[in-house]
Amino acid sequence: MKLELRGITKRFGDFTANDRIDLLVEPGTVHALLGENGAGKSTLMNVLFGLYDADEGEVLLDDAPVVFAGPGDAMNAGIGMVHQHFMLVHPFTVAENVMLGHEDVRGPAKLLDLDAARAKVREISDRFNFNVDPDAVIEDLPVGAQQRVEIIKALSRDASILILDEPTAVLTPQETDELLGIVKDLSAAGTSVVLITHKLREVQAVADTITVIRRGKVVGSAEPTASQEELASLMVGRAVSMLVDKAPAEPGATMLTVEGLTVVDEAEIVQLDGVSFEVRAGEILAIAGVQGNGQTELTEALIGVVNADAGRAVLDGEVITGKSIKDVLHSGIGFVPEDRTEDGIVATMTIANNLILDVHDKEPYAKGLALQPKVIADEARKHVEQFDVRATSIEQTAGSLSGGNQQKVVLARELSRPLKLLIASNPTRGLDVGSIEFVHKRIVAERDAGAAVIIVSAELDEVVALADRIAVMYHGRIVGIVPPETDRDTLGLMMAGAHQEEVA
Amino acid sequence: MTATVADAPAAPAPSVLIPPKKFGPSIALGVIALLSLVIFGLGTASGASTTFVVARSTDFVHLPTYTAPSRLAAILLSLVGLGLAGWAAYRANQHRKVGIWLPVVYGMAIMGALLTWAGAGRDATSIQITGLLTSSLFLAVPLVFGALAGTLCERSGIINIAIEGQLLAGAFLAALVASMVGNAYVGLIAAPIAGALVGLLLAIFATKYWVNQIVVGVVLNMLVVGLTSFFFSTVMTENGDLNQALGMAKLPIPLLSSIPVLGPVLFNQNLLVYILYVTVAVLQVMLFKSRWGLRVRAVGEHPKAADTVGINVNRTRVRNTVLGGAIAGLGGAFFTVASGLAFGKEMTSGKGYIALAAMILGRWSPRGALAAALLFGFADALRAQLGAIGSPIPSQFLAMFPYIATIFAVAGLVGHARPPAAEGIPYKK
Repeated sequence: MKLELRGITKRFGDFTANDRIDLLVEPGTVHALLGENGAGKSTLMNVLFGLYDADEGEVLLDDAPVVFAGPGDAMNAGIGMVHQHFMLVHPFTVAENVMLGHEDVRGPAKLLDLDAARAKVREISDRFNFNVDPDAVIEDLPVGAQQRVEIIKALSRDASILILDEPTAVLTPQETDELLGIVKDLSAAGTSVVLITHKLREVQAVADTITVIRRGKVVGSAEPTASQEELASLMVGRAVSMLVDKAPAEPGATMLTVEGLTVVDEAEIVQLDGVSFEVRAGEILAIAGVQGNGQTELTEALIGVVNADAGRAVLDGEVITGKSIKDVLHSGIGFVPEDRTEDGIVATMTIANNLILDVHDKEPYAKGLALQPKVIADEARKHVEQFDVRATSIEQTAGSLSGGNQQKVVLARELSRPLKLLIASNPTRGLDVGSIEFVHKRIVAERDAGAAVIIVSAELDEVVALADRIAVMYHGRIVGIVPPETDRDTLGLMMAGAHQEEVA
Repeated sequence: MTATVADAPAAPAPSVLIPPKKFGPSIALGVIALLSLVIFGLGTASGASTTFVVARSTDFVHLPTYTAPSRLAAILLSLVGLGLAGWAAYRANQHRKVGIWLPVVYGMAIMGALLTWAGAGRDATSIQITGLLTSSLFLAVPLVFGALAGTLCERSGIINIAIEGQLLAGAFLAALVASMVGNAYVGLIAAPIAGALVGLLLAIFATKYWVNQIVVGVVLNMLVVGLTSFFFSTVMTENGDLNQALGMAKLPIPLLSSIPVLGPVLFNQNLLVYILYVTVAVLQVMLFKSRWGLRVRAVGEHPKAADTVGINVNRTRVRNTVLGGAIAGLGGAFFTVASGLAFGKEMTSGKGYIALAAMILGRWSPRGALAAALLFGFADALRAQLGAIGSPIPSQFLAMFPYIATIFAVAGLVGHARPPAAEGIPYKK
């Protein structure tokens, strides 16, 4: 089926997420939609899938205009979508998830025909070598398998156009390769695939056609033979260097020692399983791993947001586990949380107040019971200038800033104390390239000033670029700590759980 | 790279995650069973005996009256309780859950020990087993309907705290309409309408205006209390014909009602109880085996996933909340027309909240709701029975038992009781 979008425009208030976008997907091809985070790719696909109404423009299938009131319409028209966050009901089995919404029934009582659903799952699974058990419960499946269930879901409705929204964000490099293989098989079998991504490697590997989107507009198209640099500059709008400029580390004394740190969550699942490592002053330890392998729990246990069930962490000779979060922060730890809008800032408070969240009760920001607005404002102006926060005023609410500027506010706050240890979780997630460079520079500067730094990142590129040493986590454990020169295949295997000794 | 590496992704080194074992609930069960053994078992004089009347003289099959040695019986029943506590501990040791049957059987065993102890040496009185079971079932009726209503709503993602109000509204309208027509059965038609209206209000506030569902539920309860009390003290008091005590006859089912013990308990009841059996069975099948049920559960677990496959989330929720309200309203008829009573102010006296507890104890399934409600009904009937034979324990303490049991159960005995993931969260596009 041929899919065409003409002049799609979607606005959220004053913000134009999609600005007169045209797109043509030929039958049986892989069409990559390339753009940075926040460029408007997902919005466009949600419009196409009927989740959002477009303000202007039209969608054509095989040259006939169509209007989708909801995802149900889009599906019936032959469009399937695999969302970035999977749309799977966790306590249901694979077969139940696949049949949901178009269930077969049998018998006089019209009860669910699970056998038919199982057969359908098996048939599709066998056809593309998915290796998915129809009776497996979703929450027991690894993410890679869950994603294949999503693809089965779309195919079971005879989707002839499959949209994959950032499909590799949660996959290991090996799972990514498998998925790209599947994409090729699908297009060979006649399905058109729209691949939404910001990862250049994937685009080069499978795309037949590439459309690049920047700030809600189509800025051009490219051939799959284009180089990474060409694609990147098209995507970002200027020439970019993919490297972080940093001098070799000069590690000093051991700053942080973590011994057997263990965290068990409410559902009694061990999220962090006896993790031990050391970080020295003046070095960056990057923690690599697929999301959800204990990285969050590690950082939160270090800072005291979650309680460690066993083990301890020692910062510069002082045990920090078991202390209050406030004491931990004041013992010299800076923390950049992974979800900045939820945990990093208070969106409804002003930039100035966000900057003193951690010291609001200390002189000179407070005297007795009263805050000192003048001191706070002066200090805020200084930080805003120093960290290049693009804001109209320090009285602007933090929530009204762009993601990059919010992150700069968080960094400005956390780096304004003398630090022994900086912990940053996915510090550049969702930021534009300019902000990424800035954040990386500040992190390296903190290292060079003698702090120990822990970076958690799901992006292998970032890990490799920043790290002096790389620790790879899998299933709540550190499977190995390796130098940053380690090749990607090895890192990928470690992210899938292979131990360092086996790899080496 | 070695061969080990090549195999690694296919079979990643299984990291053994061992969650800590939770023995708290089984220890609590064990302690209570031990107390039961000491107080009810060893505390009973060795010569005493307890008389159990199994069948009533009016029953089709005459069964002899059993007289059991009190001490031995109480000890045996307590040992059953201990054994069940041990089983729970064994399962906990294996990280496995126990079924809803365990707390129910456990509760009955301990209650039995208590009964034996209470009835020991009282030659003049005897424990009426059939009567006890019959009234257990009867007292459980509004709880089952209420818990079914809660299950239906919460499975679709709406928290229904308004069950209390729905019961009360059902009780009121059933009495009013039945009195106007002069026929109790017409009340059974009116009651669900009243409950459904309360459910509709809840649904509108929850899905259209995204108001906190617990707050709306509590407010609706207050609203119904206020409205019914107002009409009770004005219209119904001025005109007594509008609030008559009408009853529904027992309808013994031929043959089935002749089965010893269970026959008169299960099959010599009024129409509302038979409707109850059908409702539980139908909902159990529909919720877990039908297209409707699959969609409802999907909406309650992951509404966005349901939306992306073309299921209308809010319509499903409104429909379920109204249906749930109707079922709770029907349960409200128990208080008036099905019990042969006139309407009285706030006569549901918190049963709607107990129904919520039954829903949780029953783990959001109709079958479980029935079992949990029966346990509560049994405790309630037991209190009445002990009051009648003059128990040494204040009946208020006995009345607390089911709720203590609920706390244990909810605290983890029945495993991690997991509510539908999206309950209470409005679905906004």
